[in-house]
Amino acid sequence: MTVDVYLNVAVAGVLTGLVYGLMALGLSVIFGVVRIVNFAHGEMMSIAMYIAVLLFSAFHLDPLIMLIPIAAVMFVFGYALQAGLINPFITRPEHSQFLLLVALAIVIVNTLLIVFGPDARSVQTSYAYDSFQLGPVLVDASKAYAGAAAIAFAAALFAFFRFSHIGKAIRACADNYTGALVVGLNVNRLYALSFALGAACVGAAGSMMTLIVDVTPNIGPAYTLLAFVIVITGGLGSMAGALLGGILIGLTEALAGLVFTPSAKSMFAFGVLVLVLLFRPQGILGKRAS
Amino acid sequence: MTALLSLHRVGKRFRGLVAVDGVSFSVPEGAIFAVIGPNGAGKTTLFNMIAGAMAPDEGSIVFAGQPITGLTPDAVCRRGIARTFQLVRPFPALSVEDNVIVGALLHRHDVGAARERAQTLLRRFDLFDRRHQPASALTLPDRKRLEVVRALATEPKLLLLDEAVAGLRPTEIDRMVAILRELNRESGLTILLIEHVMRAVMALASHVLVLDHGTAIAEGTPEAVVRDPAVVQSYLGAEAV
Amino acid sequence: MTAAMMARLADGVPRRTFILLGTLLAALLIAPWIVNDYLLTVLIVILYSAYTGQAWNIMMGFAGQLSLGHAIYAGLGAYVAAVLFTKFGIGPWIGLVAAIPIAMACGAVIGFLAFRFGVAGVYFAILTIAFAEFARIGFDHLGIVNASAGLFLPVAQYAHNDLWRLRGDPTMFYYVILAATVLAFIVCRLLLRSRMGYFWLAIREDEQAARAAGIDTFRYKMYAVTISAAVTSFAGVFYAFFYNNLFPEQVFNIGRSIEMILGPVIGGVGTLFGPILGSFVLTGLAETLNSAMSAVGLDLPGAKEVFYGICLLFVIVALPEGVWPPLARRLGIDRGKR
Repeated sequence: MTVDVYLNVAVAGVLTGLVYGLMALGLSVIFGVVRIVNFAHGEMMSIAMYIAVLLFSAFHLDPLIMLIPIAAVMFVFGYALQAGLINPFITRPEHSQFLLLVALAIVIVNTLLIVFGPDARSVQTSYAYDSFQLGPVLVDASKAYAGAAAIAFAAALFAFFRFSHIGKAIRACADNYTGALVVGLNVNRLYALSFALGAACVGAAGSMMTLIVDVTPNIGPAYTLLAFVIVITGGLGSMAGALLGGILIGLTEALAGLVFTPSAKSMFAFGVLVLVLLFRPQGILGKRAS
Repeated sequence: MTALLSLHRVGKRFRGLVAVDGVSFSVPEGAIFAVIGPNGAGKTTLFNMIAGAMAPDEGSIVFAGQPITGLTPDAVCRRGIARTFQLVRPFPALSVEDNVIVGALLHRHDVGAARERAQTLLRRFDLFDRRHQPASALTLPDRKRLEVVRALATEPKLLLLDEAVAGLRPTEIDRMVAILRELNRESGLTILLIEHVMRAVMALASHVLVLDHGTAIAEGTPEAVVRDPAVVQSYLGAEAV
Repeated sequence: MTAAMMARLADGVPRRTFILLGTLLAALLIAPWIVNDYLLTVLIVILYSAYTGQAWNIMMGFAGQLSLGHAIYAGLGAYVAAVLFTKFGIGPWIGLVAAIPIAMACGAVIGFLAFRFGVAGVYFAILTIAFAEFARIGFDHLGIVNASAGLFLPVAQYAHNDLWRLRGDPTMFYYVILAATVLAFIVCRLLLRSRMGYFWLAIREDEQAARAAGIDTFRYKMYAVTISAAVTSFAGVFYAFFYNNLFPEQVFNIGRSIEMILGPVIGGVGTLFGPILGSFVLTGLAETLNSAMSAVGLDLPGAKEVFYGICLLFVIVALPEGVWPPLARRLGIDRGKR
């Protein structure tokens, strides 16, 4: 195989990885702030994907344009979920938290199955088969747009956390729960907000993902695992880390799929995960907990 | 009197902050030795190094003639040093009795024998009636006493007490002091304690070491140390004398 | 069992408990004569889940280490025994003798890596998931087990039950899994009351405090992982010879690992009876939903699972300790500590 093929695959992997990264960013916010092991993360993304597919097939609305509304819907969903169901579980042991979200995931996956049936659905945009030629590399248009949207969304979120009042309050909560309470922050509301933001990320990522893959009711679990791999590899508590981790995983997945058999590609992701957990548990960009 | 525990120029720094700076002292066998000083003086860090929870960056620690510098906490306990924690840590879901059995099992491998020893200790320390209650259901003074009992169950030669009477009312403080004095007198148990409550220090200690900003600024009998001008200035204040 | 062991087993147990347990055991013993074939299979599934739940509980309920990839031990047990049988004609009980050390070694590797490098809590759980996924994908490409095409055990027509080679009718399998579950229960009870059991509980409650009390937590956590792995591996052997087909995709699937923890978490993690009760409750629930749905004529794929998930949600939210502890209190056989 020529270098061109590798380059194309690598670029495709990076772009897909950006979308992975956005999804993982959502988990980083949730896991990093609320400290909940969100084992329904991928399932939440599949909800967003189905919404995107539905809007497209019914009204021909492009997923990229529907990005913001879908993110908004998931925001509300996430807020309600955290405030209504998950909040009491923050102090419960991890296996309880885990099972709560697993049960939720079961409900989501099977509800989607009932509503949409088992067949794969996809979004066929007008530019679905377009591509750009950038030097030696042939870039898939859908992936390029998705990747760009992912960067834009992540940048907006980053700005929010860096510069807005609420964003700083959330970071304070994450750093020091008791301290946050002491200075009068309404921690419960901030937790719900954080979960909602994480859900919004997932919503946006889901929209973009429909440009890249088909959706079936049971793709959720694999993405949940992937999100955890990315977040841990990139570094908990680091937003840039989530994106970086996403790119890294997207890249290794794509290349591994090319060099080895496609089905073995997730083995690499897990291999990376094990290495990170052992030797650099704070991830590439994360801060070591003191 | 032979020194049971001796520290030689022990130091610890945390990324630029010097917590303990070249501290040396010896604890004679059978003594009750108190370490006092303002908050942040490095007392708990010192304790943690003796107990093995942290390794010193420099210096050495010798216990019963053997070096124990850098040993793991469980190895230190097996050598004969037991400790309690500043924020008391019993095993919450386990019963009072089971808490002590865990300690007793260190040297008595048979569960029945360990239970007997546990019950003896619980009776002695007035916790026997509550032995089936979960540790989390106890009041703070009882939990503190339980932690001491659990530590004693490991049959230590040296007992490290980290603020054993903090948060207790005066009657409870006196009770704990009486128990510790009795233990020391009867079995010759050596006790090293960190304490802020001067009432307890004066009543218990035969030796006192004063730490400030990681260094030892005074050492001696309680009466002498309490009058030392450096100690008065940095920690006690004029009224305490 | 010697008289002394029996005495230790029974020490401290209220009389009521004996009566209740005895009644349950008696009912389970005569079940094959009373229930129909379908219910017998359901009971086998319940007992299988109770057994694996007990095995998992050793690691989590006793020693406090959350494993979400426990299917790897069952899977290893299944494949080792199945390969030995199909390729070399070696019976399952000998296969078990080979499977146990392999499962223990796997547990030892995972445990060693995790404990030496300080991987704990959620991160440990994720590590276990990673290893199970590794096994799933790995075995999917492993020639000796027929990779993803699946490994099949010959199901010949047998005139009578062959316990040695585990070929026979469901009743035989039922008694095997019942015996195993009872044995696991007894072993867990003995373990809990042993010195090691006490140390495990201490580690579960507060690892730092346990170390301060002289416990070598690394060593005892390793014991917990390896013993749990060994016990779980038998379940795999049983699975292989009962279902007679193995696909890596199913055997090592994270769904299997989750199934293993459902029983104990619903029933009560850390209790002896929790995993058993949890399995009965869950499978009972699933089967009730099954029957209800077919009675109503509803054949919507996914509907049963949605109800199941909702019921799970309900139990998890409403009963934080699980079903068993409040029930035990009601029945007056609660002994307070564990």
